[in-house]
Amino acid sequence: MMGQGRLAAWGIGLAALVALPFVYRDPYHLHILVLILIWSFAYTSWSMMGRFGLVSLGHGGFMGIGAYVTALLWNHLGWSPWIGIPIGMAAAGALALIVGYPCFRFRITGHYFVLVTLALSGIVLQVITATRDYTGGSLGYTPNRATGNKLLALQFDDKITWYLIALAVWLFGIVVWHWVDRSMARYALEAISEDEDAAAAAGVDVTAEKLKITLLSAVMTALAGAVYCQYQMFITPDTVSGIAVSLQMVFAAIVGGLFVSLGPTVGAVITILLAETLRIGFGTKAVGWDNLVYGVLLVLFIIFLPKGILGSVLDRLKPQRKVPRAHEQEAVQIARPGT
Amino acid sequence: MQAFLDIFDIYLLEAVINGILLGGVLALLALGLNLIFGVIDVTWICYAELVMIGMYAMYFMVQYYGLSYFVAAPFTILLVAMLGAALHYLVIAPLLTAPPINQLLATGGVLFVLQSFATVAFGIDFRNLGIRLPVLAFGEMHFSYARLLSFLAALVGMVAVYLFMTRTFTGTAIRAISQDRQIMALMGVDTKRMYLITSAIGGGLAGLAACLLVLQYDVHPFVGLSFGPITFLICVLGGLGNFIGGFIAAFVFAEIISLGGLFSDLEWGYVLAFAFFIVMMFIRPAGLLARRR
Repeated sequence: MMGQGRLAAWGIGLAALVALPFVYRDPYHLHILVLILIWSFAYTSWSMMGRFGLVSLGHGGFMGIGAYVTALLWNHLGWSPWIGIPIGMAAAGALALIVGYPCFRFRITGHYFVLVTLALSGIVLQVITATRDYTGGSLGYTPNRATGNKLLALQFDDKITWYLIALAVWLFGIVVWHWVDRSMARYALEAISEDEDAAAAAGVDVTAEKLKITLLSAVMTALAGAVYCQYQMFITPDTVSGIAVSLQMVFAAIVGGLFVSLGPTVGAVITILLAETLRIGFGTKAVGWDNLVYGVLLVLFIIFLPKGILGSVLDRLKPQRKVPRAHEQEAVQIARPGT
Repeated sequence: MQAFLDIFDIYLLEAVINGILLGGVLALLALGLNLIFGVIDVTWICYAELVMIGMYAMYFMVQYYGLSYFVAAPFTILLVAMLGAALHYLVIAPLLTAPPINQLLATGGVLFVLQSFATVAFGIDFRNLGIRLPVLAFGEMHFSYARLLSFLAALVGMVAVYLFMTRTFTGTAIRAISQDRQIMALMGVDTKRMYLITSAIGGGLAGLAACLLVLQYDVHPFVGLSFGPITFLICVLGGLGNFIGGFIAAFVFAEIISLGGLFSDLEWGYVLAFAFFIVMMFIRPAGLLARRR
C-alpha cells in the first residue's frame, strides 16, 4: 500500500522529471537521459519475471524482435510503427508462449530454464544475421526517414519529444510493476518460486501463472526494443539482441536491486553512466577497456552485494522491516557471511 | 533425373559424415560443461569464451613464436586448464553457497571480461592459424583432414577422461561427489581440492577443443558466441550432468546443423537445431535419456 507521503513524493518527482527538459536543454545529457529511461523500462520488464526466480537470458531475443519487426514493416511494407509496434509485441509474445509453455509445463527450472532462454536469444541473433538480405545482417539496419507525417512515422528530430515519450513509457513500466506487485498473481508467483509442488498443492495453476508473467515481460521488452529503434534510428543485432544484451539486462537489474520497483531504474542509471564514463574516459583508442572494467565490477557486485544497491540501501534505512521473504533472507545471508 | 539423384546422394552422404566429424568436437565441449555441472553444480556460461582464449593462445604460439602445432597444443591445454581452475577459485568458490542463479550470472560477468579482454589485447581482427591441411578425397566425397583430426583427437580426449574417471582414485572421488556432495566430505575427501581438479579438467577439455577448432575456424573475440549456445542446447537436451546423453545429443545436433547447412545457410542449420530442440522438449523434457515418470 502506498502512503500519502510516498504518493506526494512520487508526484513531485514526476513533475520535476517532466519539467526538466524545458529548463535544461543540453542535448548530450538529454540523450543520455532518454537512453537511461528506455533501458530502465527494458530492465523493469525483465525484472517482472526475474524477481520471481524466473531468470531469463532470452530477453535480448524479445527486444530484437520488437525492434526488427517494427523497422522491417516500416521499410518493406510501409506500415506505420503505430501498427508495427503492436505486431512486434505480439510476435515476441507468441515466441515467449512457444518457448515458455514446454518449459513450464514440464518443470524446466533453474539451470535448464536459463540455458534454454540463453539459446533462444542466441538463435534470434542467428536468424537476424541469416536473413541479411532483409535485415542487413550484422551491419545493422536503419528505418527509412519519413517523408510525410512525422507523428505517423513516429520519428521526431528534437530530443525533448523523445524525452517525454521515454518518460511516459518508463512510467508505464513502473505502474505495471506496482500493479503486479499488488495483484494476487504476485502471491501465487512467490509461492511458486519457493516451492512449485507446494504451490500446486495449494491450488495455484503453476503453468498458467508463469506463462502470464512471461508473456507480460516479453511483450513489454519488445516495446522497449521498438522504442529504442525509433529513437536511435539504427539497430544492429548486437545492440538490441543476443546474449550480451540479455546479460546486460540481468546485470543492471541485479546491480540496482531486483525486489524494489525502482531497482532496475537505479541499475540502468548506474550501468549506463558507468559505461559512458568509461567510454569517454578511455577514449576511442582503448576499445574494450570500458567493457573489461564493467565486467569485473559486475562480478564483484554479484559476489559482495547480491541484493543490489537500492535494495541494500533500503534495508539499511529500515532495519525493523516486517519478516522478509525467504529468498531475500537467503540473499542477505550471502551478503554477510558468518551470521 | 538419375544423374541428379546420384550427385545428390553423394552430397548427402558427405554432409552426414561431416556432421559426425563436427559432432566429435561438440561432444567434447558438452562433456566439459557436463562434468562441471555434474560435480560442482554450476553452469559456466563463459565456457565457449575459455575456448576462445585457447584459440588465441594457439594462434600466438604458432604464428609469433613459431612453435609447431603439436608442441603448442599441450601448452594451450595446460593454460586453459589453469584458467578453469582460476575461474573456480576466484569466482565460483566464494559463491558456492549462493543461489545457483548468482553463480550463473557471475560466470556471465566473466564472459564479458574475457570478451573485452580479448578485444583489448588482440583487437577485433579475424585471425587464422595459416595452416592449410590437405583435403582427403574419398571416391567423390571430400573431407578436410582438419575435421578428421579433430574428430579423432576429440574421441581420444573423451576416452582419456573416461579412463581417468573410472580407473583412478581421484576420478572415483569426483564421481562420488557428483552423487552426494555432503557425505563425501565426511568420508575424508577434500571437496575443495576435487572441485579445483574438476574445474581444471573442464578447462583442459575446453583447451583441447580450442586446439581443434582453431584448425577450422578464424579466431576473433566473439567467436565463442557462434558455438556457445549450441553447446548449452546439447547439454540440456542430453540432460545436464548426463555424459552419455550429452554425447548422443552432440551428434544429433551436429547432423541437424550439417544437413540444414546442406540445403541452406549454416545459420538456418542452427535455427533448425533450435526448432528441433523445442519439439524435443515437449517429448522428452528431462533430457534424451531420462526415464519417463
